[in-house]
Amino acid sequence: MAILITKESKIIIQGFTGKIGTFHAEEMIEYGTNVVGGVTPGKGGQTHLDRPVFNTVKDAVRETGADASILFVPPAFAADSAMEAADAGIKTLVAITDGIPAHDMIKVKRYMRRYKAEDRMTMVGPNCAGVISPGKCMLGIMPGHIYKEGNVGVIGRSGTLGYEAAQQMKDLGIGISTSVGIGGDPINGSAFRDHLAKFEDDDETRVILMIGEIGGPQEAEAAEYAKKNVSKPVIAYIAGLTAPKGKRMGHAGAIVSAGGESAAEKVEILKAAGITIAKNPSVIGETVESVLKQLDG
Amino acid sequence: MNIHEYQAKEILSRFGVSIPKGGVAYSPENAKDRATELGGDLWVVKAQIHSGARGKAGGIIVCKSEQEVSDAANKLLGKTLVTHQTGPEGKTVQRIYVEEGTDIKKEFYLGLVFDRSTESIMVVASSEGGMSVEEIAEEKPESLIKTRIEAAVGMQAYQAREIAFALGLESKAINRCAQAILGAYKAFSTSDATMVEINPLVLTGDDHVLALDCKMSFDDNALYRNPELAELRDKSQEDPKETYAADRGLNYIPLDGDIGNIINGAGLAMASMDMIQLAGGQPANFLDVGGGATPEKFVKAFKLISGDPKVKVILINIFAGINRCDWVAQGIVDALNQITINQPLVIRLAGTNVDEGIKILKDSKITYTEAFTLEDAANKAVKALKELGA
Repeated sequence: MAILITKESKIIIQGFTGKIGTFHAEEMIEYGTNVVGGVTPGKGGQTHLDRPVFNTVKDAVRETGADASILFVPPAFAADSAMEAADAGIKTLVAITDGIPAHDMIKVKRYMRRYKAEDRMTMVGPNCAGVISPGKCMLGIMPGHIYKEGNVGVIGRSGTLGYEAAQQMKDLGIGISTSVGIGGDPINGSAFRDHLAKFEDDDETRVILMIGEIGGPQEAEAAEYAKKNVSKPVIAYIAGLTAPKGKRMGHAGAIVSAGGESAAEKVEILKAAGITIAKNPSVIGETVESVLKQLDG
Repeated sequence: MNIHEYQAKEILSRFGVSIPKGGVAYSPENAKDRATELGGDLWVVKAQIHSGARGKAGGIIVCKSEQEVSDAANKLLGKTLVTHQTGPEGKTVQRIYVEEGTDIKKEFYLGLVFDRSTESIMVVASSEGGMSVEEIAEEKPESLIKTRIEAAVGMQAYQAREIAFALGLESKAINRCAQAILGAYKAFSTSDATMVEINPLVLTGDDHVLALDCKMSFDDNALYRNPELAELRDKSQEDPKETYAADRGLNYIPLDGDIGNIINGAGLAMASMDMIQLAGGQPANFLDVGGGATPEKFVKAFKLISGDPKVKVILINIFAGINRCDWVAQGIVDALNQITINQPLVIRLAGTNVDEGIKILKDSKITYTEAFTLEDAANKAVKALKELGA
């Protein structure tokens, strides 16, 4: 099954005709993703990459039956586009945009709560590499060829560190059901916890890998959630053991500003919840492999 | 982005928060004039640096005559103050603030921050003003009053009143305090702030409520729509290397070690730093060149890292996704044709078009050690460092 996106997902691209939108649309189409069209306000009625362009997300959903979208809209307009997607009935939205103001993201989160839980859009990102269900669908900007199809569910903040983990697993012959990049911003559309819940319910996923980093409460919240609600084995790596306190390490959210936010503290919290820790970033693949072997007895 | 105390107070005052009268000064004469303008017989001369805990570092001087104001200014201007927030290198005082003396009856703490758990704005208050919020949380946690604000409707008057009552205020001071809290919230929410801290918020002898000190930080991502705030930036208070990098689209943090890094992606950069430490080395910096690293960006990154006298070895770790290894390799080669580096270089490339990338590096004239995995890269960088010492 995979989570969030499958072979059947109908994808639209918000910011379709721009340079970045075009480049990644081509990559996604080449991967086999079912891209059914795109949205660029004012260019409705045109055709781009042999697909229709619409003025609004509502038009695109009505005409194509799209259920997932990916956002390549500049930061100043991204929050507006995300709310437009939520209102048009998009179920999964990936926001690639880096640099959305935090006050805007709070508004987006509040806006999404207008809808009943079962109708509510799941937003992934912003400032992320997107979602890939290997062999089925790629809704993101990752190099698709490093992801092997399989049974490990991956949730991570960082793009390139996620690639590193995918490559290590592929080299060991381990595949991925779905990999979700939740992004490096302080306020994100969805958290580790939200995707842990989805992977727990996914038949194709046997174990779950979390790749976290310093800053914020989300890894600790995920640990508590996993302890109570997740029966599948969870493995975690936390980046930033050498990061100094009070310094923003690239990602807007990667800053240790309160207790429980350093890598060492997060590792302790995750361990206490029964989660297997990959001790360093070069053994992420090996750690997943050993947990899978235990599962097979 | 951080701003100075006097700038933060000016913003607060625009939102209806009362502040003591004062003026900024750049010289002792200037400071004396400010004291004359303010009148009275008690002044406080305050060093304007981007840091709290200035009092403990000698940055706040109480004066009883205009001559004392001038002497205090003379003492502070040009001085480097070291606090626990500035790091050992400290920050240089280039402007001071001369303020009228305040008759303080009671000190409170008031802070507004984003709460990442509830994804809302949190107002934190305490009757234990003057101490840092960390100290309050440690020593008097029961005094902390936390109020979550629903961003869609904003802070309500009753919420501000509840805080004022909980702080133990009485009669007229209740509404004055509530007004200050609501004003601080408005300042936070309308200027894309990430932090507003009034410490202390004081009750005066005649029952007025004043913001005696204030720190504000703003969301860099929102400065485009707050041009008047962007103008308040004071680069003299920032690390010059961080500023150089930030102005060129690089995410850079200097650290204490000797292995310089150039990496794409913040998570991979942190992971690589962790690996360097595990291999027995110490990273000299955090540097994320971003997803679409161009040759121009590599030139800038090399200049920044190789120009740092601490850096003995340079490690490049690129996992190409959006960008491709052949572009990255060409960027590295082009950069090294433009500038000369004296440090040994370890390069690890992975991801899209890795074979083409490695071929470009090998065909070029650059001298480097090739690494194949994250661990291999860290080990080879530490080995190169040890060989230098031998």
